[in-house]
Order: sequence, then structure tokens, then C-alpha cells
Amino acid sequence: MIEPFLLTALVLVFASVLCLYRTIKGPTVPDRIVAVNVIATCTIVVHVLIAFIGNQPMFIDIAMTYALLNFLVTLVAARYLAIGRIFA
Amino acid sequence: MSVSSILSTTFLFAGSFFFIVGSIGLNRLPDVYTRLHATTKCDTLGQALALLGVMFYEGATFTSVKILLIVIFILIANPTAAHTLAKGAYMYGVKPCEITSIDMYKEKVKRRSK
Amino acid sequence: MRSLKGEKNIASFLLTFVIFFVLWAALSTFFDVVHLSLGAICSLLVAYASHDLLIKPKGAEHVLTVLETSFRFFLYLFWLITQIIRANIDVMMIVLSPKLPISPEIIKFDSKLPNDVALTTLANSITLTPGTLTVDIDEKKTYYVHCLAKRHGDALLKGKMQSLVARVFGGKE
Repeated sequence: MIEPFLLTALVLVFASVLCLYRTIKGPTVPDRIVAVNVIATCTIVVHVLIAFIGNQPMFIDIAMTYALLNFLVTLVAARYLAIGRIFA
Repeated sequence: MSVSSILSTTFLFAGSFFFIVGSIGLNRLPDVYTRLHATTKCDTLGQALALLGVMFYEGATFTSVKILLIVIFILIANPTAAHTLAKGAYMYGVKPCEITSIDMYKEKVKRRSK
Repeated sequence: MRSLKGEKNIASFLLTFVIFFVLWAALSTFFDVVHLSLGAICSLLVAYASHDLLIKPKGAEHVLTVLETSFRFFLYLFWLITQIIRANIDVMMIVLSPKLPISPEIIKFDSKLPNDVALTTLANSITLTPGTLTVDIDEKKTYYVHCLAKRHGDALLKGKMQSLVARVFGGKE
């Protein structure tokens, strides 16, 4: 019963590769940030799947931290795009 | 195959299908705002389905609670991030694509000079 | 940071501490003395620093209102989940069709929702429902919404979701 997990993880990695094309090509900076955001969401799910494939529960905590960091990074990047500085 | 493993496999495959749809939409659609549509909706439902599938496999344990916390957090955080990114992209000066018919936001925003 | 004078502040501090401590216990999954006491110390420090941010110190009748709102929000969540699934199927049809049938537009509408939580709920619900994406909310509570096609904007402007959110948070429209 571990094969569906492996298959899902592979499909998600393939989806990240599709997003990587937009990250490299993307005509504007916001395009790239959107693509990186999608890759990060894929990574969170892959972390949880890895925790079950390799039987290492620690990866779920890492996935949680990654979700928080991803949200923070997106907010800061969007703020920088909007007003041209980060602090104050 | 038990019922829980069939359920979890179905949910995992449905989630990965929505992730693929989101990635294809990210590559096919013409500008940032339409791309945000595809990625936000498909990613949010995709991760919720995939992680729910993992929870069905795991059963009622503390690990499931942690995964549920991740799902709820992303359900709140992903639309918020999309909203701030759309606003940031507009103020950065990314114009909506040519086929955009009505733009009521234009007079509101003074664009930042690049 | 706010001082711990007055019973309302103490009540909010204790409630925040209990929430943080339960969260710590659920996340650490070790239930021996060392881990639980560490969690208690950390929860006390963080709750002292930020209790007025999580829960506004108000009267006891306010707690009942919050519980009632949470219950109605829970019911609203079921309707939202059906909308999310419809939105995904809608986006899937658009993305996978060869002709890419989109005609984007940015529209605006006004709302009279009572507080920030209601405004945020409506904005996130708009983003997750078919073909619409909130771009901005300004000080006069005007929503700027990016629509993927004209029919999505028309469906939003009918105002079903606005009235539902207003009913959940007890304001008008």
C-alpha cells in the first residue's frame, strides 16, 4: 500500500517541473513568484508523502514549517512588489 | 484492499490530477491574474484532497491532527497570498492582457514607476 | 503588549494560554513532565506578550456571540466546499479546452460588512469560488474583483455570497 504514495509523489514532482518552465521563462517578476508559490505547495505535499514512504514522522513537522515559511515569503515578496521596500 | 486504502488512493490521485491541471493552467493562460486563478483554486483543492487521502490511510492519530492543521492553514493562507500577489503585481505595473474588457481598478492605483 | 489589569484582560490571557498549551501538546505528542513543563513556560511567555492580539478583551457576553458566529461559520463552510469543487471543475474545463475561452475583466462592488474578519472571509471566499479573484479592498469597503469570464462576474454581482457572509457575521448585506 505504498505504491499510490510513490506515484502521487512522482506526479507532483512532474507538476513542479512544469512550473519550473514558467519560473525560467516568465516574462515578469510576479509570474515567477506565482510559479515558485505553486512549487512550494507541491513540496509541502511531497514532504508529507515522504514521511509515509520512508516511515519518518519528522517530515510532517518540516512540512508544517515549510507551509508557514512559504506564506511569509510570498507576503514579503508581494509587499516589495507593491511599494518597493520591505520595512516600514 | 480495504475501504480506507481505496478511499485514500482515490483522494491522492484526485489531488495530484488537480495539481497537474493547475500547472498546465499556469503555462497556458496569458497573464499573471488569470494564472493566479488557475494556481490558487487547483492548488488549494489539490493539496486538501491529497492530504485528506494521507489522513484516511493514517487513521485517527496525532499525525492526522498535524496534517489537518497543515490543510487548514493552507486553505486560509493560499487565497490570502494570491490576493496580495495580485495587488502587488498591479502596483508593480503588470498590465492585464489585451483581451481584458473592463478595468475598474485602473483609476484607483497610481502605478509605481519602475 | 498590554498590562494584566482588570479581569477581562486576565480572562483573555488565560484563554490564550490554554489555546497555546493545547496546540503545543497536540504538536509535540510527548506527554512526559519535561516536555509539558517546557510547553507551559513557552505558552505563558507568548500568551503574556500577545494575548490582546488573539482575543480582544471584552465582556463575558461577547464569548457567547463568538460561539454563535463560529457555529454559523461552520454551516457556511459546507456551502463553501461545494463552491470550491464547482470552481475547480470550472477552471479545469477552461484550462483543458483547446480554445481557452476567457474574457477577463476587473469589476468592483461595495459592501457594508461590519468588521475585518467578515471582510477577510468574504475576500477569501470570493477567491475560492468560480472564476473570481479579489485584487483589493480599499478603506471604503469596496471590493475590486478580477473575473475570468463575464458570466462569473454576473454570478458574483447577484450577491448570494455577500448576503450569506452578512448573515454569518450578523451585519447587513
